[in-house]
Amino acid sequence: MRLLNYSMKLRGLQSDMQNNFKEIARALREYDGEEVRIMEVCGTHTAAISENGIPSMLSPKIKLISGPGCPVCVTVTAVIDKLIELSLTENTVVLTFGDLIRVKGTFKSLADAKAEGAHVKMVYSPLESLELAKANPSINYVFAAIGFETTTPVYATVLDEAIKRNIHNLRLLTSLKTMPEVIRWVVNSGNDIDGFIAPGHVAAITGADIFAKLSKELSIPFVVSGFKGKQLLLTIYAIVSMKGTAGFRNLYKEVVSDEGNLKAQELVSKFFTLSDASWRGMGKIPGSGMILKDEYREYDAGSIGLDEDHMPKGCSCAEVLVGKLKPNECPLFGKVCTPDNAHGACMVSTEGSCYNYFVSGRK
Amino acid sequence: MKITMAHGSGGESTSSLIHNIFSKHFNNEILSKLEDSAVVEGNSRIAVTTDSFVVTPIIFPGGDIGRLSVCGTVNDLLMSSARPKYLTCGCILEEGLDMDVLDSVISSMAQTAYEAGIKIITGDTKVIENKGGEPGLIINTSGVGFVDDDHEIPGPFNLQDEDVIILSGNLGDHHAAILGKRMGIETSIVSDAAPLCEMVTKLFDAKIRVHAMRDVTRGGLGTVLNEFSSSSNCTIELEEDALPVSESVKDFCGMLGLDPMYMGNEGKMVISVHKDDASKALSLIKSSKYGENACIIGKVYKNADLENNVILNTEIGGKRIIGLMYGEGLPRIC
Repeated sequence: MRLLNYSMKLRGLQSDMQNNFKEIARALREYDGEEVRIMEVCGTHTAAISENGIPSMLSPKIKLISGPGCPVCVTVTAVIDKLIELSLTENTVVLTFGDLIRVKGTFKSLADAKAEGAHVKMVYSPLESLELAKANPSINYVFAAIGFETTTPVYATVLDEAIKRNIHNLRLLTSLKTMPEVIRWVVNSGNDIDGFIAPGHVAAITGADIFAKLSKELSIPFVVSGFKGKQLLLTIYAIVSMKGTAGFRNLYKEVVSDEGNLKAQELVSKFFTLSDASWRGMGKIPGSGMILKDEYREYDAGSIGLDEDHMPKGCSCAEVLVGKLKPNECPLFGKVCTPDNAHGACMVSTEGSCYNYFVSGRK
Repeated sequence: MKITMAHGSGGESTSSLIHNIFSKHFNNEILSKLEDSAVVEGNSRIAVTTDSFVVTPIIFPGGDIGRLSVCGTVNDLLMSSARPKYLTCGCILEEGLDMDVLDSVISSMAQTAYEAGIKIITGDTKVIENKGGEPGLIINTSGVGFVDDDHEIPGPFNLQDEDVIILSGNLGDHHAAILGKRMGIETSIVSDAAPLCEMVTKLFDAKIRVHAMRDVTRGGLGTVLNEFSSSSNCTIELEEDALPVSESVKDFCGMLGLDPMYMGNEGKMVISVHKDDASKALSLIKSSKYGENACIIGKVYKNADLENNVILNTEIGGKRIIGLMYGEGLPRIC
């Protein structure tokens, strides 16, 4: 089927997804045009693609590549090392999400440190830290604040509440990243990407417009997508149909508006400002992160200058994160590097590309 | 009133604790002798199992640690084709535990044992210091069951080509109920903790050719089926749209990035049965208590050309390998 036909049909198919699903699935299975390399830059998309078995439904000419969308995977070792140092400080407890606890720093992970007596506590939501800090005023809590535009508003809410409730024993160690700059970096580093599945959760906060602009600037199609299997297939179909153009579509309009969540944006800009950020395996990318504003520096646990990054020997996470290598092309994959003995961060997180390739048997 | 270290001293406080709570609820002619050992009638083939329960919170939607400690051990006996007979109860109490909480947990144990037709015939209580946090309790139960002389015991090595895989009900309820309570998320989800005596006994009595049988607990369905597949050198193919998961558990999992395939249950089993017995087995399970949502979820293929793994045919028509579970099934962060 020719690309032009795809394009013309897209609108109709989208409006009646349920009935046209078979047609979309067939077109993607039988696609025989030029190779299309599609990158997703959201860990939840990576996981959803595996969970739905989407790679098995695509023509070999459509390649899905996991980009730098898993927050744990892109955190440099200096951040982990700093968290370990804090967790060994008297009267200090480091609060973290589950995935981060198992990622190795230069020498060990927070889980290793915890087993040796460091004060590390896993929480499910940053908001739990407020209750803990209020209940135990003599303990200093440090939240390992990693994440993208999606999670930053939650950290802003925590700070806002901490200030309102007069809580002074809670600080953040931030390693916050933003999407647009790293996407530019991936494209400009010659990675041959033909289209992006734009991150639905990030876009819900930032708005779809920033991805529309990126698409024009980079002359690559971007499609904002939801997380259900059928939504992702329609997104892939749309990208294939727009290959070679600066096309843009928002196929997740029920959640993502053009301008995004203005309240969340306002809260974020009250506390945070854009900064340079170091990405695991990629180095420092100007303007690709967020740090606390100077006036809120007392809530920072030492986040500035955490740039060092010691990749484990033989680990190809850096190449995997930008799509230069497939996870199973890393020499360590599945041999010495498995989820139970992860060498690189991409094998630790349930959103990591290596983890997803490993557990779902992707080839 | 609270548990104190004196309740573990072996003196008067211990006696009154045993009398006022344990003997009161577990009252039967064997236990009431309060001898060093319980002496009971036997059988030519017995199954013995033990399990320890450390769940927090102690009381959760749909159950408590007491009910869990009976169901876990009873179901382990059933899965070995034993008819559950006797149970022991070892309790380790933390100083400061509320006596009313203990009373309700032990009462719940007694009710569940009664429901499962198993007698609690001996027990032990110890008290340990509270090391900070909400005072808890740990329960160990050991169970003894009798296996019929002529009964062939199913096992994970025993799956046959064209067997049908039946799951006895919805996935993920217990895991989601516990996690929801821990995280303070209000849901309508309740634990499925239940003894599976009725459905298993019906299968025994009807001489259904059950080749393998497992309760689906920690590690979830994915873990059990991987063990089946690797032990029997076979491929198991599952249909995603046949997998029973309640809407509320689906929503809960969607929110936290959990996969019901790997979530723990405490009142579910999965069996591999001869294809000709499948529909009868299904109707026997469905007509049993706790089996109303049972369904056929997949098939077994034994073919030298196929890899030994578990494959899920996804709702949208994709194929995904269900691998082993890694990590702790932690929620995702974004």
